[in-house]
Amino acid sequence: MSRTQLLETPTEAVAVAPADPPRPRSTRRWRRLVSPVVLVLGWELAARTGVLAPEKLPAPSAVLATGWRLSRDGTLAVHLVDSLTRAAAGLFIGGVLALALGTVAGLLRLGDDLVDPPVQMARMLPHLGLVPLLIIWVGIGESLKISLVALGAFFPIYFNTYAGIRDIDERLVEVARTCGLGQAARLRHVVLPGALPSLFLGLRLAIGAAWLSLVVGEQVNAQTGIGFLMMEAREFSQTDVVVLGLLVYALLGLISDSALRVLERRMLTWRRGLRAT
Amino acid sequence: MASRTAGHLNGAEPVLTAHAVRRAFGPTVVLTGVDLSIARGEVVALLGGSGSGKSTLLRILAGLDGDASGTIVVHGTAAVVFQEHRLLPWKRVADNVRLGLSGVDAPGRVRRALAEVGLAERHRAWPAELSGGQAQRVAVARALVREPDLLLLDEPFGALDALTRLRMQILLRRLRAEHGFAALLVTHDVEEALLLADRILLLDEGRIAADLPVDLGATRTPDDPAFGALRRHLLDRLGVPTT
Repeated sequence: MSRTQLLETPTEAVAVAPADPPRPRSTRRWRRLVSPVVLVLGWELAARTGVLAPEKLPAPSAVLATGWRLSRDGTLAVHLVDSLTRAAAGLFIGGVLALALGTVAGLLRLGDDLVDPPVQMARMLPHLGLVPLLIIWVGIGESLKISLVALGAFFPIYFNTYAGIRDIDERLVEVARTCGLGQAARLRHVVLPGALPSLFLGLRLAIGAAWLSLVVGEQVNAQTGIGFLMMEAREFSQTDVVVLGLLVYALLGLISDSALRVLERRMLTWRRGLRAT
Repeated sequence: MASRTAGHLNGAEPVLTAHAVRRAFGPTVVLTGVDLSIARGEVVALLGGSGSGKSTLLRILAGLDGDASGTIVVHGTAAVVFQEHRLLPWKRVADNVRLGLSGVDAPGRVRRALAEVGLAERHRAWPAELSGGQAQRVAVARALVREPDLLLLDEPFGALDALTRLRMQILLRRLRAEHGFAALLVTHDVEEALLLADRILLLDEGRIAADLPVDLGATRTPDDPAFGALRRHLLDRLGVPTT
């Protein structure tokens, strides 16, 4: 049967069409919201009816109310700013070091031979396990928290910088040479943009590691910060504040990750090639 | 390393002179001592079987191989077009063509080069949005914009489909007639060599085994009996039975 005949008999074509049309994507998205909402409602209900003891797990509405109270009197902001400052300082120090060492190891054979082996060995140490040693080295003050964050951020950025540079297509570097680009211009036009997707991946992993390090670091003799808020609340059995702290950590992770995703989409437009104009 | 000198082009000096070019990969000697020269405006095809070292030779002439020995003198400027388009995926078409160019007239030159390959209106496209033939035309524009005295072409149409390849061959002939650049065309396609070249070099066992002028005139077609005779002769030299 030829194609023209098929087109002349539309009834047949309709019969072949699937009886159940594919669900639009928005329906699926709403459906995915059902179970989380049910869980939170169940939690609220269990807390209100007394199935969950408030000192074990307070109702979500109680946690939100505590959040509102602490935001209004400014307590949350003070702690949040301190936590963010530590994260930023640690990320900056660890990130710059990792970027520099990763670039040296990725670009130069000598750098690779000298830098990479010790980094590969150090990678095997769980950096959170270094807390006792770090306390001996830098004390229990701010430097401990920042060092921990910097350590956590260092490895993902180092490895992704290194891999990003190594994975650049050698043939593109050759083209740049035949077009008369010198070393510096090749770095700018080929190596940096070529390694950028990897750098973004490294940064996202580093930010995740930074929050994790902060959670641990702020539980060691901190006087401020979200972690301190949680530890202090535990002493007074303020479970709502503890849960609030967890919620803040989760939100920080979510917000930083989405922000980075947006930035990545903007800077790596070329990867979407066919969809961009 | 092969010494590679670049100088200014003047008078009747050849654009490219190579002497005793030798290259070995470990114990395997690929080029045993190649001598060749290309005159101004002359298109030379370098034919050879797979693994004969023709691409290796082109890379050496382009200054991309640090482990070769011999002397290479290039008078004037050279540009390279590779088998793959090798466009930087993170630069738009115009920026790819502009790579390494400077000067206030650079945007105008880029626009003219893209117009010459028929892609003026695609200057804002990303390389990923182009077809294989379009991308290769951009690569040709990237070479042309440098106004080279010598174009080094490494199987530039080898990765394209048969129809696109024919169009590209016609384009290259037109561009050559307009700009008068010299070219070294590395290819394994005998017909392509006969269509485009003034002279054909056969690379065999690491050296130039034959140097054949192609006296077929400017408007040559494969239907020409002389074309067929040369084609059979070349295929014979390459060890391909033609009967």
